[in-house]
Amino acid sequence: MTPLSGYLLVSALLFCIGLAGALTRRNAIMVLIGIELMLNAANLNFIAFWRFSENPETMTGLMFAVFSIAIAAAEAAVGLALIITIYRHFRTANVDQVEDMKG
Amino acid sequence: MSWIAQNLWLIPVLPLLAAGISALLKRPCRSLAAGLAIGSMGASFLLSCAALVATLGKHGAASRQVVNFDWFALGDTVVRLGWVLDPLTAAMVVMITFVGSLIFIFSVGYMAHDENFTRFFCFLSLFAAAMLGLIIANNLLLLFMCWELVGLASYLLIGFWFHKPSAAAAAKKAFITTRIGDVFFFLGIVWLYSETGTLLFYDAGRGCLEQDALAKMVAHTTLGGLAASSAIGLLLFCGAIGKSGQLPLHVWLPDAMEGPTPVSALIHAATMVAAGVFLVARVYPLMEMQQAGVSEPIPLTAVTWIGALTAIFGALVAVSQTDIKRILAYSTVSQLGYMMMGLGIGGVAVGMFHLLTHAFFKALLFLGSGSIIHGCHEEQDIRRMGGLKKFMPVTFATYAIGMMALSGVPLVFSGFWSKDEILHAAWHYGPSKIPFLLGLAGAFLTAFYMTRQMCFVFGGKYRGGHREAEKGSDGVMESGGTGHDQHHSAHSSDPHESPPVMTWPLILLAACAVLLVIVGTPVWPWLPHYLEGREVHFSFAALFNWDMLSLLLLSSAVVAIGIGLSWWFYGLLPAEKPDEQDPLEQQFPEQFAWSRGKFFVDELYAATFVKWNARLGELCHDLDRRVLDLLVSIVGWATTACAHVAKLCDEYVVNKLFDAGCGEVRRGAEAASELQGGQIHQYLRSIGLALVLFVFILAVGCNK
Repeated sequence: MTPLSGYLLVSALLFCIGLAGALTRRNAIMVLIGIELMLNAANLNFIAFWRFSENPETMTGLMFAVFSIAIAAAEAAVGLALIITIYRHFRTANVDQVEDMKG
Repeated sequence: MSWIAQNLWLIPVLPLLAAGISALLKRPCRSLAAGLAIGSMGASFLLSCAALVATLGKHGAASRQVVNFDWFALGDTVVRLGWVLDPLTAAMVVMITFVGSLIFIFSVGYMAHDENFTRFFCFLSLFAAAMLGLIIANNLLLLFMCWELVGLASYLLIGFWFHKPSAAAAAKKAFITTRIGDVFFFLGIVWLYSETGTLLFYDAGRGCLEQDALAKMVAHTTLGGLAASSAIGLLLFCGAIGKSGQLPLHVWLPDAMEGPTPVSALIHAATMVAAGVFLVARVYPLMEMQQAGVSEPIPLTAVTWIGALTAIFGALVAVSQTDIKRILAYSTVSQLGYMMMGLGIGGVAVGMFHLLTHAFFKALLFLGSGSIIHGCHEEQDIRRMGGLKKFMPVTFATYAIGMMALSGVPLVFSGFWSKDEILHAAWHYGPSKIPFLLGLAGAFLTAFYMTRQMCFVFGGKYRGGHREAEKGSDGVMESGGTGHDQHHSAHSSDPHESPPVMTWPLILLAACAVLLVIVGTPVWPWLPHYLEGREVHFSFAALFNWDMLSLLLLSSAVVAIGIGLSWWFYGLLPAEKPDEQDPLEQQFPEQFAWSRGKFFVDELYAATFVKWNARLGELCHDLDRRVLDLLVSIVGWATTACAHVAKLCDEYVVNKLFDAGCGEVRRGAEAASELQGGQIHQYLRSIGLALVLFVFILAVGCNK
């Protein structure tokens, strides 16, 4: 069986990819994809820690992951809707050109 | 206890309700206002009759029924009010409601053309309510409250035609003059309360007019060796002096004739001015307490002398007056003096008997004069009347009856017997015969001036016609009449008889002035004995003894001389022109001038008290302006200076600090707002950086 550190390595790799994507991409959709990757890295952590915990039959980690995925789905929906609105308003999805919300 | 004693409060409350309702009525609701006033008075009259019946046939203490109740409590002290039903109350309420009803009815005619008819009846009802409350009160405080209310009503009614400056001044004078007496009255009340701890007259042995309290007050000697009871009695009598127009506070009563004539009849002749006499009669047990070492009760001695002097003074002034109402006013002053004298020397029955008979015939005379004034188109000067016998037969007949009752024409007129009671008591007065002589002289003058008035008003021929044109329609009553004015134009200069609504009250009052004889002669002195709660016996012996008969003959002779002399002066050769010199003036010019000038009491007061008061006022004004205003200004300046200092502090210290603080906060906010650049990547980078930092801290922390 693969040790816990293996899962954590994959998860950390996934998070770094997501973070890099979110930071470097200009397109709002790509930024959103990066965020989703980071979220899934976190989910992977939940599952891994649960699976290697002392009493995995309580299903706590699994429940955590399910909730997290549901929230991610809702968030993606809201995020996409926002992006569509922003696109309609500014005629672009480039986040660098959208800075009307500054203080 | 009878039903009426329990519900005696209804008697004053009914007119009070009428007053309250008519106060809310609009001006045009004339008949409703008059109906309410007369109806409530009539109902009160019926209740009063029931009260009278309830007191009949009982004697001594049994004839008194008292109802007391708690008003409010202050700590442990409970203030109690109540009403009392005894012969004194019953006789007074019957008199007031009866005379009051007739005067109300008369007013319907007299005031028919006045704009403020509704207001007039509202005030009249208010007066009646207060007066009846005064009579039934079993508590000196309640009596005082009603006492002041009748004073207020009197003020309002004297000043009813307030657009006349003289009426407004008279109202003010009446109010202020009576207030002087009331101050002493109130002091007496307060003293009485501190001595006895109660103001209830009768309270099953605990009241202030009952044995325990009286004995305590007599035993307590105060300033100058005066017993507390005597001092309180004198103070209470001061209130009566003010209200009843006794010397030296009589000056307001003649001026009060500025009010409408029904008001003069009701308030300033029959009822309110008698309130002072009633007060003395009510607190008589206190008044007659004899203190050790003095032969006569001191308060009663004061009552006697003041009364006797007022009686002769009023009569002397009345002899020379020319205003029909002023003659009657001074006559009222004089008669009130008689009542006081009767109370002082003869007891409650003597004084109150004269009060009751006087109420009827003086109301009759005043209403008669009202009828004359009405008929002569608002003329009040008797020199401009004359020959009215022909024009106003009913008024003449009733006025003659009133005049004879007042003068004391023997046998069939009530005034004769009540005045004779007083003279009889004065004859037997121990300390001095002077009150008797003064009373006798007053009786002579009364006969004299009443005959003079009759000769001027009804005798000779009419002398007023030529002034009618210049007088025109400036009379107060001319405001809105229709029928009356047509009557005017038909034969404008001639006087006319008054309508039945005015003559019928006259006839009824005249009947009473005669019929009261039945209950007041010495043969069967029902009324005087009833007032004292004594049994009455039918006896001719009381009349036919030398003592009584000689006095009757003497007073009859005096009256006959008075009338005869007056007739000789005025009746034989009636004046032809209004501005003719008075026959008496030709004979005694100097004395006549004193009398016509009312002994210059008003002028004396104006030169002394009024002037002193004005001086004091000026002094106070100067003190106020020079001293107090300076102080106020200094305080004002000091405050302004303080304010300037405070302003400087505010501007240069507090404001600066705040400005500096606010600037810093602003700059901080500007710097912070730089962070929010609107660049999503910027935010993300911050988050990433923070994450790395946290991980680093975590890693370092865990390794420790």
